[in-house]
Amino acid sequence: MAHSGINVLFEGTNLTRLLLGMWTTFKIAAVAIIIGLIIGIILGILRTFHNPILRFVLRIYLEFFRIVPTVVLLFLFYYILPRQMNLHMPGTQVAMLVFSLWVAAEMSDIVRGALISVPIHQKESGLAIGLNKFQLYRYVLVPQAVQLELPATINLITRVIKTTSLLMLISVMDVVNIGQQIVEANNQKYPTGVFWIYGLIFLLYFLIDYPLSWWAGRLEKKRLEQTNGE
Amino acid sequence: MKHKLLVKLVALVGIIASITLVLAGCGSSSSSESNNPSSVEKIQKRGTIRVAVFGDLPPYGWVNKDGKRVGYDITLARKIAKDLNVKLKFVQVNANNRVDALNSNKVDIVLANFTVTPERKDVVDFAKAYMKVSVGVVSPKDSPITKVSQLNGKNLIVTKGTTAENYFTSKQKSVDLLKFDSKTQQFNALKNNRGVALADDNSYLYAWVKDNPTYTVGIKNIGPNQYISPAVKKGNKSLLNWTNKEIKKLNKQGFFTDDYNSQLKPYFGDEVKPSDIILPQK
Repeated sequence: MAHSGINVLFEGTNLTRLLLGMWTTFKIAAVAIIIGLIIGIILGILRTFHNPILRFVLRIYLEFFRIVPTVVLLFLFYYILPRQMNLHMPGTQVAMLVFSLWVAAEMSDIVRGALISVPIHQKESGLAIGLNKFQLYRYVLVPQAVQLELPATINLITRVIKTTSLLMLISVMDVVNIGQQIVEANNQKYPTGVFWIYGLIFLLYFLIDYPLSWWAGRLEKKRLEQTNGE
Repeated sequence: MKHKLLVKLVALVGIIASITLVLAGCGSSSSSESNNPSSVEKIQKRGTIRVAVFGDLPPYGWVNKDGKRVGYDITLARKIAKDLNVKLKFVQVNANNRVDALNSNKVDIVLANFTVTPERKDVVDFAKAYMKVSVGVVSPKDSPITKVSQLNGKNLIVTKGTTAENYFTSKQKSVDLLKFDSKTQQFNALKNNRGVALADDNSYLYAWVKDNPTYTVGIKNIGPNQYISPAVKKGNKSLLNWTNKEIKKLNKQGFFTDDYNSQLKPYFGDEVKPSDIILPQK
């Protein structure tokens, strides 16, 4: 009997396993994004302060996570650091940690950029009516910066979700890893199965990433309308 | 301005270098037997053995449609866990991170079709072999190649970087080689009669011939045998000795023949005998 490749998806528990893999991917990305965004916002605000030591340290942190490729970071945290420091974490936790630190670094730069692009007269007016530093950030700078940084943030989030496909390297059973298991297990019976499995993985990533990217585009358009519209 | 940037850059490099040094300094004391987290005693105390396996290499280590790990290596892993009287935890690895998984104490033992080579012996300790592979030569059934002398002056298909290419380049110089980059390409070339035969690891050939019954593995073993062994972290004497004894015991019990019959035979077909793959039972 001739087998159509698409049937590979419905054999045994294949589909459930792929969806579970996607759930693992999603969970890691979600935790990393939430933690990363919170830390990133705090660091971003700190980076607009005029303390040279603080700025220098945070700058190094940013550059380190921005320059070193994610693959290398994962490898470093999963294989090399535990060997040197006898500190052991399962793959999923290492993934969450590395991605959180990475998101925090990138986010700090987005937030800093947004804060300093709030028009200077806003800051000066705030100071003129006697707001202290905390109030200035809380009521004037941060609310206006949020609008500016949203599109870039969503862009960052979609990048994080896509990059989880590297997790295979540190033995995390994410959707790509499970996809490969199924492809290899069915190579003989379904030679065209690879197309369907990667096709489904593509679709799953697309379903998560596309709405975000659409939302980012819409927010950006709205912001432009607001600033240039009147 | 430029000067300031330079100072910053130097400082950055300095900081990274010192961090690396500090980290390197902390780590060098982990080889002594007392704090070896993978000794037999520690494994039994923990109640779990962590085994590095492949998840995508049928029929050695793969996942079937019910999501269960199966294969020749996996059966051995289950047996080892049972005989140690501990639970089994699989850690899926790729060919490239088998050594790192051991060295960073992520796993206790590697059972992932790990071929013994002199380079690998420097970084991990191999136990007794549980399987052998060597180069085989496959040819069409209607004009089979059964002796190397039949290949003289003819085209033999190989894949670059394989043991087969290595062997024929250095030891059988009178054979003309036709080299390809991938498995798919080499098998297509054979089907299109670009050469009279094709050489590769015999275990691949057995599986391929099963799906392509007009071909036969005329020469099953040529050149030196290569052995597949369990590997443990360098210096882990405790687990190494235990594994050696275990392999010896299992060999006597005929465990590997059973393992062959249940896991490999469906892939290799009847043309292959267990003795082509497993080691003699002493």
